[in-house]
Amino acid sequence: MLYLSVLVLLPIAAVLARSTSGGASTFWREVTSPEARAAIELTLAVSALVTVVNAFFGTLVAWTLVRDEFPGKRVVNALIDLPFALPTVVAGVVLLALYGKGGPTGIDVSFTRASIALALLFVTLPFVVRSVQPVLLELDRSMEEAAGSLGARGWTVFRRIVLPNLAPAIVSGAALSFARAVGEFGSVVLISGNLPFKTEVGSVYVFNQIENDSLPAAAAVSVLLLIAALLVLGAFTLFSRRMSRHVQ
Amino acid sequence: MSSSGVLSVGPAQASPASRRGDGYAESRRVEQRARAGRLGVRVLALGYLAVLLLLPVLMVFYRTFEHGLGPVWSAITRPNAVHAFWLSIELVAIAVPLNTVFGIGAALLLERGRFRGRGLLGMLIDVPFAISPVVVGLALVLVYGNNGWLGGPLQEAGFQVIFSVPGMVLATAFVSLPFVARETIPVLRELGAEAEQAAATLGASAWQTFWRVTLPAIRWGVVYGVVLTTARALGEFGAVSIVSGRLEGQTQTLPLYVQDRFENFDTTGAYSAAVVLALLALGTLVAMNLLTRRTRAAQSQMTRDRSSRTTPERSSDAERQPVAPGEATP
Repeated sequence: MLYLSVLVLLPIAAVLARSTSGGASTFWREVTSPEARAAIELTLAVSALVTVVNAFFGTLVAWTLVRDEFPGKRVVNALIDLPFALPTVVAGVVLLALYGKGGPTGIDVSFTRASIALALLFVTLPFVVRSVQPVLLELDRSMEEAAGSLGARGWTVFRRIVLPNLAPAIVSGAALSFARAVGEFGSVVLISGNLPFKTEVGSVYVFNQIENDSLPAAAAVSVLLLIAALLVLGAFTLFSRRMSRHVQ
Repeated sequence: MSSSGVLSVGPAQASPASRRGDGYAESRRVEQRARAGRLGVRVLALGYLAVLLLLPVLMVFYRTFEHGLGPVWSAITRPNAVHAFWLSIELVAIAVPLNTVFGIGAALLLERGRFRGRGLLGMLIDVPFAISPVVVGLALVLVYGNNGWLGGPLQEAGFQVIFSVPGMVLATAFVSLPFVARETIPVLRELGAEAEQAAATLGASAWQTFWRVTLPAIRWGVVYGVVLTTARALGEFGAVSIVSGRLEGQTQTLPLYVQDRFENFDTTGAYSAAVVLALLALGTLVAMNLLTRRTRAAQSQMTRDRSSRTTPERSSDAERQPVAPGEATP
């Protein structure tokens, strides 16, 4: 318990204390300064986009891994966890090697907002896949077979039978990927170029403020991003719990 | 369902035999469409993975080794690179054992203990997953920095935390804290407390029970957690970046070295170090997969043992339901 409080509790308390030490007005001024606002808005917008894309492709990949058969499936399944195992800086370097300047594709995403989305998609890929996969494995196929024998086509079966059952898992996976995307730093820092007002995300803004020794600004933006992540996480968790109760 | 089939034949000549043939053709059409759909989904899913995951990683390996092994070897044996590598190992060697002991303890408390604030503890353990590494760095600076809550007194005592190894250990331990506990808790839950209670009844001390009964049963869960902790600790960038001060050859870990080389346009150096880290990550993946299989084998072994004790003739049924109803209430 001492370990936990020295390591986790005390530092977090310090951030909270520092962000509010100047009173609410200081807090507000720090998070609404033009650069901070631009960074926060960019972070939330890109994270939302990434979350939606993840929900779609994550479900698709999970479906392929559970219901489809093809050679090399086990290798693909193992590869899904690569973004969790790979250090985030390496993720940035890896993406730049292919999609950066002088890459073989001719595409150069470096220093654009698209690059931020790309990096975030890379690091958050496993969340939805890994939360949908076990549910899909457990799903009783007799319902789908019944629907099929009653004349429902593949897509209808998926939309009316499978999707409602998967929805709670998709939502909770998406919530985790949103929380991760909001705080992501390592993979974004190399690829985005960190141009203020253009490609500077919240975590990079916090980093720069720490380097410039303006700790109140760093603390205020940190707390705001943390609250955003926790709110989405909490709301999605509630939503997913309600949905799963509804389905049952 | 077979409206098109009926139309194409026409109602007048529809003998029972030909109708059956139409139904067959119709079901084949449906099957073909389903197969095409499945193929489309497969191509889309695998294409996404290739573009986002596989091709970039392969590209880095190609770029690193395109001029042979020589430049790579000289890049990773440079003093700063070697120092960064060993510093990373040092951090892992300190942070991982700390988190392993804490993780097992916390898992036991959460799963076996009954005390107030248990829910709170469970939430607190997950906090490092929800917090940005940059915020972790900031938090540690605020507490242990020169003007921090504890930093001042510690410095007077001659103990520098921020911009040196202790701060980096704290940052590494913070971000990799939850893994062991999170992987051990489900195993403990699955295991149940009966064996431990039996040991206690037979006169074993708490410590003996832990070493002889609990630990052997949860060891694969713990090892899995340790693997995840190690991977995370080795790759941590944001938090360590802030608390280390990034002094070349002094407080620069391997991920920080990658960034430093990249920003100095030394792509060979950056790619070589990145490949070292990527290989360690791939090793982690292999270990994770082996362990998952091992855990699953151990679990089915456990259920087989139980089922052979209770209902030997229906072991396959018992396997599907890990806890046989008769055993839940002894």
